[in-house]
Amino acid sequence: MKLLALTKGVPDFSEGAVSFDEDGHLERGDTPTVMNPNDEQALEAALQTKVRQGGTVGLMSMGPPGYQDILEEGMESVYADELYLCSDREMAAADTWATAITVATGIEQMDETPDIVFAGFKTADGETGHTGPQTCWALDRPLITHVISMDVDPEAETVRAKRLVKGDVSEIETVEAPLPCAIVTDPEFEPVYRKAEHRLRHKDLREETQERVKNADDHLTVWSQEELNLDPDYIGLDGSPTIVSGVDPIPKAPDEREATVIEAEDEEGMREVLGEITQYAAEGD
Amino acid sequence: MTEDANDSAAVRTDGGESTMSEHEHYEAIVVGCGPGGAAAAAALAENDVETLVLERGVDAGSKNVSGGLIYAEEAAPYTIDDLFPDFREEATERPAEEYKMHNVSGNKVASFDLEEIHHGGTEWCDAVLRREMDSWLADRVHERTRETGGGLLTDVRVNGLLREGGEIVGVTCDELDPITADVIVAADGVNSELARDAGLMNWDEPEDWFQGVKAVVDMDRETIEERFDLDGPDDGAAHLFSGDLFEGVRGGGFLYTNEDSLSIGTVFHLDSIAEERAEPQDLLDALLTHPLLDQWFQGEYEELEYSAKLVPDSKKVANPSPHSGRLLLVGDAAGQMQAQGPIIKGMNHAVSAGGLAAEAFQDAKTRGDPTLAGDLYEQKLEGEGVMDQLRPTRYEATSWLSESSIATSIGSAVMNSPIGRFGVKTFDGLLEKSFNSPFVLGMIPDTKISYVTVPTVIGDVLGEPVSADNEIEPPDLADRIGDLTYDVGDPHIEVLDNSYEASGTAVTACPVSAEDFGGGCYRSETVESNGSKERVVSLDTQPCVECGTCAVVADTHWEHPAGGKGVEFKQG
Repeated sequence: MKLLALTKGVPDFSEGAVSFDEDGHLERGDTPTVMNPNDEQALEAALQTKVRQGGTVGLMSMGPPGYQDILEEGMESVYADELYLCSDREMAAADTWATAITVATGIEQMDETPDIVFAGFKTADGETGHTGPQTCWALDRPLITHVISMDVDPEAETVRAKRLVKGDVSEIETVEAPLPCAIVTDPEFEPVYRKAEHRLRHKDLREETQERVKNADDHLTVWSQEELNLDPDYIGLDGSPTIVSGVDPIPKAPDEREATVIEAEDEEGMREVLGEITQYAAEGD
Repeated sequence: MTEDANDSAAVRTDGGESTMSEHEHYEAIVVGCGPGGAAAAAALAENDVETLVLERGVDAGSKNVSGGLIYAEEAAPYTIDDLFPDFREEATERPAEEYKMHNVSGNKVASFDLEEIHHGGTEWCDAVLRREMDSWLADRVHERTRETGGGLLTDVRVNGLLREGGEIVGVTCDELDPITADVIVAADGVNSELARDAGLMNWDEPEDWFQGVKAVVDMDRETIEERFDLDGPDDGAAHLFSGDLFEGVRGGGFLYTNEDSLSIGTVFHLDSIAEERAEPQDLLDALLTHPLLDQWFQGEYEELEYSAKLVPDSKKVANPSPHSGRLLLVGDAAGQMQAQGPIIKGMNHAVSAGGLAAEAFQDAKTRGDPTLAGDLYEQKLEGEGVMDQLRPTRYEATSWLSESSIATSIGSAVMNSPIGRFGVKTFDGLLEKSFNSPFVLGMIPDTKISYVTVPTVIGDVLGEPVSADNEIEPPDLADRIGDLTYDVGDPHIEVLDNSYEASGTAVTACPVSAEDFGGGCYRSETVESNGSKERVVSLDTQPCVECGTCAVVADTHWEHPAGGKGVEFKQG
């Protein structure tokens, strides 16, 4: 089974790593790039499928040449076999649509089309959650989102997955899709290995990967705009219909605020508070 | 759909009684990868038996503690270096060439040379640290069993036996779906949950157990060689201690040299610890701070690890028929731990038993009936002389000399009388000789005379005073526990009766608890309700070292934590 997981390098927003200027804007140069945290579940889902069904896992990203490190990190953590990087100045500053077109073209360029494409929930920098589904749209294949557990039936050539549908009451839906398809994992996804055979194979893969990582370069394919034969008008900044007019930092809460304590038994006090809240909500201020 | 997160979590709702026919199957399952499990797995793999090894630690050895000396005996059917070449070069510390017993009375010490009994019938004997040793074994076990189609998995706790129609057919685990096998070798240690599930062992009587407590102490190799007068890295020493330094608790102490550390510990009869309300950590400190040890510490003491375990008294509990259906018990799980006076041998017997269990399964297969494995294993344990070492018939003759018997009281009085003391003086040489006699040791009764009175009188009559001041300060319990606090997951021990009468002994006997401490696993509290006061015990399993003491001395429901959870010994 041929599997592919998509990943992206994002600024490391963790405490102590991230750097902002005085105006609260991110200083990219001073902030390390790491693998997008939500991609971890997509990669784990791909690995789980490889462990259970056999086959190979590829990792693909679009970004500057430095993203090779992110892909190598991914190779180590989920024992990927092949790494793919779509990298060209023409691809820079792409929005989710242009990224999806580029990545989908990369996927079609692969020697063998993957049976399942995995993507994470959303990126830590963009937060849109669009790229996975849009790539799937560009590939014209069925998509299951918010996946928390999944398995493949190789004979029926289907994927059955449980998806978490959040609402007033969260529900778990079980859905089935024919192969080839795409999966977007939910942050709640956890790989499950309940068979000794699978854990043993997992252990084998770890040992095999330790050797492969030493020569990760040999397993990396980098595609330029030309090699992917992409129209410059459909990629990068020029191909991005989204225009970000500005970014406003979220104002910090004041250090001190006035508080009036109302005891739960104080009916009159409660009534006053409710009145104030209702008025506040009505004014929309 | 073969496997799914939410479906599979609900698999084991049937209390271990299997109703599903399509389980994952291996020809053999070995539970636990200590020396017994490793030996069984290696011997099974040698016979090309598809073998799955399940170990609950994050690494083999992370749950194990032993004194520890491992012996290779000339007459043993299997030795660890037969099964694992390079074992001594790569997995052990120093050979125990010197073997001395110190009889202590106050600051007077009479030292006996026990090399005759130590080296007699012994090919070699090395000090080991279990984390390093067992993980080394596990790597080799995985390599060999993987070739059979099986392999070794860590972080998996086998929590019970899988039965079909009442027959044992496999195992159930916390982390895996049930697995069936033609043979199950339970080498899951002194607190074997499988042995108890099968009704082959129990935790009922404190008399059946010893409790061992150990400190691994940092010391660089040059200092060890200088202070113990050793000839380089291939030389080492073992020292045993008994007499009046343990407040009358029946047992003794040991010190073994490792490559660049010392293993120093105490082993006591659990019933004696319970009766005397002794605090194990204080008994260990009594040894550590005795003037005799100053020659080695010279005021320097850095404890790398504090650990504890239960030790089965094979004379009483080694099961002569350690099997049930497809289940064969090996090592501590079967009570196969020989502790007779200064002789403490366990790992070698576990290795023999593991090899014999594998051999029995192979023979049974050859006869066309794998279900014969248990009976054949029992015959082999008997035929190869393993059982006779574990339960010497000579011991049966003297075991009636219990602690409370009149004979014991008279014996103690005589020993302490001028007549007894005169005897000790007169038979000085003979005494040392008798300590070196396997015949005599095999019938030493488990009384205070043997463990305390005789060594104390010997120390007093024959000993020389030790004038040194041992000024080291071992860490207190809070510091020791500080290094032993782990994520145990859900509490794995439940106190069934929290009254002080039923479970109060755990407060003192638990090696990570103490009266007047307030930390640790067990605490005693006085609860006032409706005007009446009641003394109860409370439990916090966070610093639990999983020794099993409270399972014996208190009223508990005791299980191991899930795979990869709980205590993780770095030295062992």
